[in-house]
Amino acid sequence: MKNNIREILKERILVLDGAMGTMIQRHNLTEEDFRKGWFEGHHKPLKGNNDLLSLTRPDIIEDIHRQYFEAGADIAETNTFSGTTVAQADYDLQHAVFDINFHSAQIARRVADEFTMLNPDKPRFVAGSIGPTNRTASISPDVNDPGFRGISFDELVTAYYQQVDALIQGGVDILLVETVFDTLNAKAALFAIDSYFEDKNVEFPIMVSGTITDQSGRTLTGQTTEAFLISVSHMPLLSIGLNCALGASMMRPYLQVLSQQAPFCVSAHPNAGLPNEFGKYDETPELMGKQIKEFLDENIINIIGGCCGTTPDHIRVIADLAQQYAPRSLPFSV
Amino acid sequence: MNLPPLKLAGLEPLVVTPASNFINIGERTNVTGSRAFLRMIRDGQFEEALSVALEQVQGGAQIIDVNMDEGMIDGKEAMIKFLNLMASEPDISRVPVMIDSSKWEIIEAGLKCIQGKGIVNSISLKEGKDTFIQQAKKIKRYGAAVIVMAFDEAGQADSYERRIEICERSYKILVDEVHFPAQDIIFDPNIFPVATGMEEHNNNAVDFFRATKWIRENLPGAHVSGGVSNVSFSFRGNDKVREAMHSVFLYHGIQHGMDMGIVNPSMLEIYDNIEQNLLEHVEDVILNRRPDATERLLELAETVKGDGKKKELDLTWRNTSVQERLSHALVKGIVEFIEEDTEACRLLYKRPIEVIEGPLMDGMNIVGDLFGSGKMFLPQVVKSARVMKKAVAVLLPYIELEKAGSSASAGKVLMATVKGDVHDIGKNIVGVVLGCNNYEVIDLGVMVPAEKIIEAAIREKVDVIGLSGLITPSLDEMVYVAKEMERANLSIPLMIGGATTSRVHTAVKIEQNYSKGATVHVLDASRSVTVVESLLGQRKEVFVHDLKADYQKLRDHYEKHRNAKVLLSLDEARANALVLDWNATTIETPNFLGVKTLLDYPLENLVDYIDWTPFFQTWELHGKYPAILTDEVVGAAARNLFEDAQAMLKRIVDEKWLEARAVFGIFPADREGDDVNIYDFADFREKIGVQHTLRQQTAKTAGVPNLALADFIAPKESGCKDYIGGFVVTTGIGLDERVKAFESDHDDYNSILLKALGDRLAEAFAEHLHEKVRTSYWGYSPDESLDNQSLIKEKYRGIRPAPGYPACPDHTEKITLFELLDATRLTGVSLTESLAMLPTASVSGWYFAHPQAAYFGLGKITDEQVQDVAKRKGKSVEEMRKWLGSVIH
Repeated sequence: MKNNIREILKERILVLDGAMGTMIQRHNLTEEDFRKGWFEGHHKPLKGNNDLLSLTRPDIIEDIHRQYFEAGADIAETNTFSGTTVAQADYDLQHAVFDINFHSAQIARRVADEFTMLNPDKPRFVAGSIGPTNRTASISPDVNDPGFRGISFDELVTAYYQQVDALIQGGVDILLVETVFDTLNAKAALFAIDSYFEDKNVEFPIMVSGTITDQSGRTLTGQTTEAFLISVSHMPLLSIGLNCALGASMMRPYLQVLSQQAPFCVSAHPNAGLPNEFGKYDETPELMGKQIKEFLDENIINIIGGCCGTTPDHIRVIADLAQQYAPRSLPFSV
Repeated sequence: MNLPPLKLAGLEPLVVTPASNFINIGERTNVTGSRAFLRMIRDGQFEEALSVALEQVQGGAQIIDVNMDEGMIDGKEAMIKFLNLMASEPDISRVPVMIDSSKWEIIEAGLKCIQGKGIVNSISLKEGKDTFIQQAKKIKRYGAAVIVMAFDEAGQADSYERRIEICERSYKILVDEVHFPAQDIIFDPNIFPVATGMEEHNNNAVDFFRATKWIRENLPGAHVSGGVSNVSFSFRGNDKVREAMHSVFLYHGIQHGMDMGIVNPSMLEIYDNIEQNLLEHVEDVILNRRPDATERLLELAETVKGDGKKKELDLTWRNTSVQERLSHALVKGIVEFIEEDTEACRLLYKRPIEVIEGPLMDGMNIVGDLFGSGKMFLPQVVKSARVMKKAVAVLLPYIELEKAGSSASAGKVLMATVKGDVHDIGKNIVGVVLGCNNYEVIDLGVMVPAEKIIEAAIREKVDVIGLSGLITPSLDEMVYVAKEMERANLSIPLMIGGATTSRVHTAVKIEQNYSKGATVHVLDASRSVTVVESLLGQRKEVFVHDLKADYQKLRDHYEKHRNAKVLLSLDEARANALVLDWNATTIETPNFLGVKTLLDYPLENLVDYIDWTPFFQTWELHGKYPAILTDEVVGAAARNLFEDAQAMLKRIVDEKWLEARAVFGIFPADREGDDVNIYDFADFREKIGVQHTLRQQTAKTAGVPNLALADFIAPKESGCKDYIGGFVVTTGIGLDERVKAFESDHDDYNSILLKALGDRLAEAFAEHLHEKVRTSYWGYSPDESLDNQSLIKEKYRGIRPAPGYPACPDHTEKITLFELLDATRLTGVSLTESLAMLPTASVSGWYFAHPQAAYFGLGKITDEQVQDVAKRKGKSVEEMRKWLGSVIH
């Protein structure tokens, strides 16, 4: 990497971008947009499979990255949240996984470099988004057989390994294992990453971001925040954090736990509040900024951004705020 | 070297620090150590086997050791199955797992099943360095800690010297070559039996203790563990002596630095409770204090046979009524007594179905409420559902007997994630919960098109259809499915669920499209049973009738709001401004004109003005003060918090922790369009500021005006002399230092408490100052006399809207206000770049005195108005769009 992100993180708070899905929705795309040039004759409906847009409508994805960078984001997430064979199996598109990840990474890379060139004092980074898949390795989908599993650790490792390979070939700077609702899935991702690093003799910074589903303070599979942290701490992570499910203020107590306990940087990309009755997130940039300001006042954050419902306007407010604060000081060098 | 502590995790963390003294590892889920457990595994009695694990945790085990090494069973398969089952029992899986096997293949299979950080038991140099390194690397990659046996190529260590030699070599390889975290290494320096009759065994315990001490002193970070029951092997059959031996061994082991151990907590006597004579004999043996120690203990053992200690579980709940027992079992997920309790309950009711509809459903409703309020989490709910299933199974034969041969299933439910959506976790959970409750679930999977749903529903003759979805577009797809169901002439009840769905959306967009059947939104999985039960049960008609009425009401309400959301053009809105009859209005001349500063204002004057309800909201305790103090659910928490707050408040006031300051001004003013011109206090000639107000643009019903704050001020042309006020108050002076002091003391509770009180005091000051302005400084309501409740309800004349709040969401108006009052210089309150006030315990706003002045929400405005106000303010449209982003339609 041209600029060492670990060094920069000692000096300032870095800003992650906002929601991809929310921005895509603004375009009111049709089935045709998801097929264009790549999957014209595919036998299953593809609308809603947002990762495909990196191939079929790269102009849209590129523009979204650009808007976030313009708003002040330091790190863009690739459009690869569902870029595993496991997640794509629902669409019978396992074979598209390499292309999804490779091209998504390339698009983000291109825009990031463009911005870095314009302002070398603020280098932009690309984080390869590695989602949780839609299967859980530690909960049974069948009540009558709680010992059953819909997916195995090995299957997840294989799928994640492929994704990591394509993302790295596509040029990402960071790997971001995010929206972790089952820690065993995340451990499989980390296992794949560690194996890949050893096989190819490379090393990239890793961010892990879990999802606390509600005020019980637990992940979907029942772990407390601290238990989650402990369970993924065997890798030398760049950062540990939380995203999705909660708005900023509800996330705060759990971020405090991470801030107190984690030997890594702490990240947060909360939703723009909770969805309203129509599934829309309507927390304004100001309101969200106000809540995020509290994190910053408390000095518990190193990387901050937005998840569902956040837009370039949210990121602009967040980036402006982040500029005014020093990052959480690290317990020891990461 | 300062190493972090060993940290392990199940669903909850387990951090091993010097203060944690000794970690108990449960040993009964081990086929090599427990014949009963082996029998359960061999016979496939996994449920019973799970209860062994649960008993261990309830008995105090902090880690569960699982061992399936037995020639008669497929160890790998048994390990996977048992660990997966354990994962579905949150009361067990809250503790970390120790995967215990001598076969690497079984260990690795186990590591692939646990989401937490567990321990591998064990690896060693037995098969050489290469294998050892390879396995250690893998364990690190899986994220587990490791037990290393004192075993090498030459065999198991049986002396002090061999123990430390092997442990040191293992440690060096792990730390220097594998880079294994030192604190994640646990040595097992072999606990061998004593008092075997063979002289060479006499020093076994002592050697272990010495080796333990050496390891703890010489191998930084490393821990020591061992299988304690080995030591008493020769006294099998005499639990009393064995228990005493275990306690004595542990007592001395811990003194030497042993900080973990595999023990059966129910096979442990308390050291201090061992009778003196037995203790002395046992210590002679363990510590190898005399040559005839073994014989003497054997002799004594003959006289002290006993059952040993009886296990103790809290079973007081068994003394309650059978209905309460059922509810307890459901909430806690205890299956142990459910069958006998259900049977007992059945005898109390006329019909078996009443047990389901009565106490069992009551219990499930409690579960649903706890889940809904975040006091239970999902795995527990699933467990409760399983208890329910067991209870239903007991009743079923009787119900069938009554029905004489009708279907055994309570009903068929079709579940599907709608087309375009692939999220199915929520749907699967609902399936699980319904399945547990004896409903037959037909799961069509994800991305299911409407045709397929309808076709399957007809073919399978289902009783209910459940649609699920997570992403927003799924909401539209659900509408489509409902319409298609209508077209297909179906009348099967339709359930809607998923994270983005809502009662309002279901009522407004879905329900009316499906006239022949009932449509109901299900908030979460725990409610699904109640809903299906209601849809299919005897009270169905009442339920559906109420439901339809309820949804109709929601629709009406929504319709009203929606209509209001049509925006008018700015001209149209202005034409519908509030027109006050200025001729009929007497405008009181203020007693005071100009700017006044109050420094070091007495805090005790503010205490009575505090509105406590928002204070509790800060702490996520919802309810109105003072009723919240006696609230059934949060009352106790609220009372404790309130006491602490009162105590701190007293210190804030008595010890002057904070300083209250205020500046306010009252100025002549007139209205020009949507702007208010503000003049120097002497006369109306010199304009010193302009307040730019925004006008509501939502379409109103006839007679209701489109308000702007400017409407409350007399226009120039009316010839009336009118006035406007403004204020900035703070109670945040001195707050930061106090907060920092608490924080450096790691006292987050008090730091948050203080901040919350600071905010409340600032609001109280604003309320108090407003009262003083009304009654004396401006003096338009000299005789006003209101108590705090009436103040909170704003039962007074005049308003004090704040820039950034609903009536004037434009934060930039704060700049005008602050300049007008010279507020930063006079009070120390400053504005940040994003126009937030510092310190945060500050409030600012305008004063309007007209009797008809009232708070309102601006609502959405058009870009036309943004351009207009930008022009009026002399700012760029871009900038104003940024500040007003949240209100632009």
